[in-house]
Amino acid sequence: MEAKQYIGEGWKHAILIIGAIVVMLPFYMMVSMSLKSQQEIQSISGGLIGAQETQTFPVCVKTGYSEETCTMKPYQYNYWFAFEKAPIPRYLMNGVIVTLSIFIIQVLVALPCAYALAKLRFYGREFVFSMVLFCLLIPVHGIALPLYVMLAQAGLVDTYSALILPWTISVFGIFLMRQFFMTVPDELIDAARMDGMGEYAIVWKVMLPTAIPALLAFAIFSVVAHWNDYFWPRMVITGNRDLFTPPLGIREFRGGIDSDEFGPMMASIVTVTVPLIVAFIIAQKRFIEGITLTGMK
Amino acid sequence: MGTISLKNISKSFGPTQVLNNLNVDINDGEFLTLVGPSGCGKSTLLRIIAGLEQQTSGDVLIDNKNVNKVRASKRDLAMVFQSYALYPHLTVRRNLETPLRLRDYNAFERLPLIGNFSPSKKEKTESINQLVNKTSETLKISELLDRKPGQLSGGQRQRVALGRAMVREPVAFLMDEPLSNLDAALRVHMRSELSELHNSLKTTFVYVTHDQAEALTMSSRMAVMIDGNLLQLDTPQEVYDNPSSLSVAQFVGSPKINIFKGTADSGGTVSFLNVNLKRKSSESNTDLHIGIRPEHLEITNESNENTFSGTVAYRENLGSDIFFHVNIEDGSNKIIVRGLPQFTHQISNGSSVNIKRVSDKALLFNQAGMRVQFTNA
Repeated sequence: MEAKQYIGEGWKHAILIIGAIVVMLPFYMMVSMSLKSQQEIQSISGGLIGAQETQTFPVCVKTGYSEETCTMKPYQYNYWFAFEKAPIPRYLMNGVIVTLSIFIIQVLVALPCAYALAKLRFYGREFVFSMVLFCLLIPVHGIALPLYVMLAQAGLVDTYSALILPWTISVFGIFLMRQFFMTVPDELIDAARMDGMGEYAIVWKVMLPTAIPALLAFAIFSVVAHWNDYFWPRMVITGNRDLFTPPLGIREFRGGIDSDEFGPMMASIVTVTVPLIVAFIIAQKRFIEGITLTGMK
Repeated sequence: MGTISLKNISKSFGPTQVLNNLNVDINDGEFLTLVGPSGCGKSTLLRIIAGLEQQTSGDVLIDNKNVNKVRASKRDLAMVFQSYALYPHLTVRRNLETPLRLRDYNAFERLPLIGNFSPSKKEKTESINQLVNKTSETLKISELLDRKPGQLSGGQRQRVALGRAMVREPVAFLMDEPLSNLDAALRVHMRSELSELHNSLKTTFVYVTHDQAEALTMSSRMAVMIDGNLLQLDTPQEVYDNPSSLSVAQFVGSPKINIFKGTADSGGTVSFLNVNLKRKSSESNTDLHIGIRPEHLEITNESNENTFSGTVAYRENLGSDIFFHVNIEDGSNKIIVRGLPQFTHQISNGSSVNIKRVSDKALLFNQAGMRVQFTNA
């Protein structure tokens, strides 16, 4: 390789590294702050993990714990207090229940729908598909209020249903799967019919297994979106803390009588973010495949 | 048994008519080939038999039962597709099992996990296993059973696709150009294997191909279709020797039949170029197309009233035969003549040659392309 080429490559890498730093910095701050004491955070000192001096935490004492209980290292305190102050496991469980239910029902709806749109000939198919495309254009926030009113009328505010129901029909999912199903050869479906399968059996036994990569991509889009969603849970969960999803849970640490204590707050955020990051790393390859798949069609 | 009758089948896609009032009776145990150039509607006809496509009008009868309203899955036919259409996510064994599972297990037994609690399932599973093993032995694919279709070669996939069709012992096999994805050598080999398979199974085969060689070699009867019309349905030999129309004559046979412009005089005597056939046609005083197959022409040294001359444009050596593409002197035609290597090896491109007919064989067609018979022998 010539020196010129090295310089060219160097530029590319320099730009990419700057981009990576910009993206990683908030995560660095989050992890760092979840380990340090309040003084270190406020004076912006202590590097990544701080001095980790054993100390007594005043907010803890104010909350009603004995001084002995409240004396520990900052990282211990931050995580311990985060879990003490808010039922984080409960929030995480709510997050899992809500995102998984949404995803499973989305698949149950989207797959047969996408199959019909891609492979069955029926009167009005093009119209239905154009409606699907049209629905892709509707922003969630635009219909949030009517949705809320409807749920309120049905008496579903402050229930899991309110968190799940509005998202069960994913036009994006229908569109994505339909595009994927278009690439499945018709002969495969005909072969299944000749073997004696009905249309539903074809959807679940032939189309679903061949569509696993697309489905995984959709799973990541769907789970990430609903795990991180703050807007909708904030609207329909008005009082019941037992139904809080992780993003709502984080709000518990904001302000209040005990002032802004960033350590435990960041600790809770780390706890909420980690499951997604782990899932993303596991599915990373598929996720990128999924993006190219949607970009291609 | 496996008789299939098609009565007045027509099919149109929108304004385009693809099939035009077809009537075909397929006998039990027959190997019937639907052959025609691409776009002639042969695959559509097969899909109508299968139930994958609905005819616009007409009836399909299987074993004398009208199946117009019966779905593909209930017609008890098996189909082999051009692309094989194996389930890519299942092993070969599961691919073969699938039609049997669907036929034998009831809805409850097909459920995952809890289906296993059904008392009769074990017995059924055993019989399925036996059938799969038997079929895979017949087709010599036993050692492939645990592989996925992606790990197989074209020929192996072909066998698995055949196996999936055979295992259920259907009323009839429908095959849609099953050999066209194979390489030339394997295709010729599979022709004989398919014929043997047909002989041993004695089941009705309906075979679609655009390759007239496949039709000639394998079928007990062949149906020649062009532009949605059934032109001729007969044994391969009869179709070759006695085509009903110019299009059939041109489609069947390789190399293609030579067509000369000829005339019948007022007495009906037929002649072309300078050659008088000395035979009379049933139509007189008209222009005719005269078809002579390449093997009925020969290159000769003679020059008389029975020969005509031309220039060799291209010499096609197949080893056993040499075909000469000859431009006829008056520039009207390019024809193909078969020559035996031992007599014609010295003839090269550009040589001038005389050509004579080796036998009395010639086929007459009128201006509309319909067959015209000779009146005398």
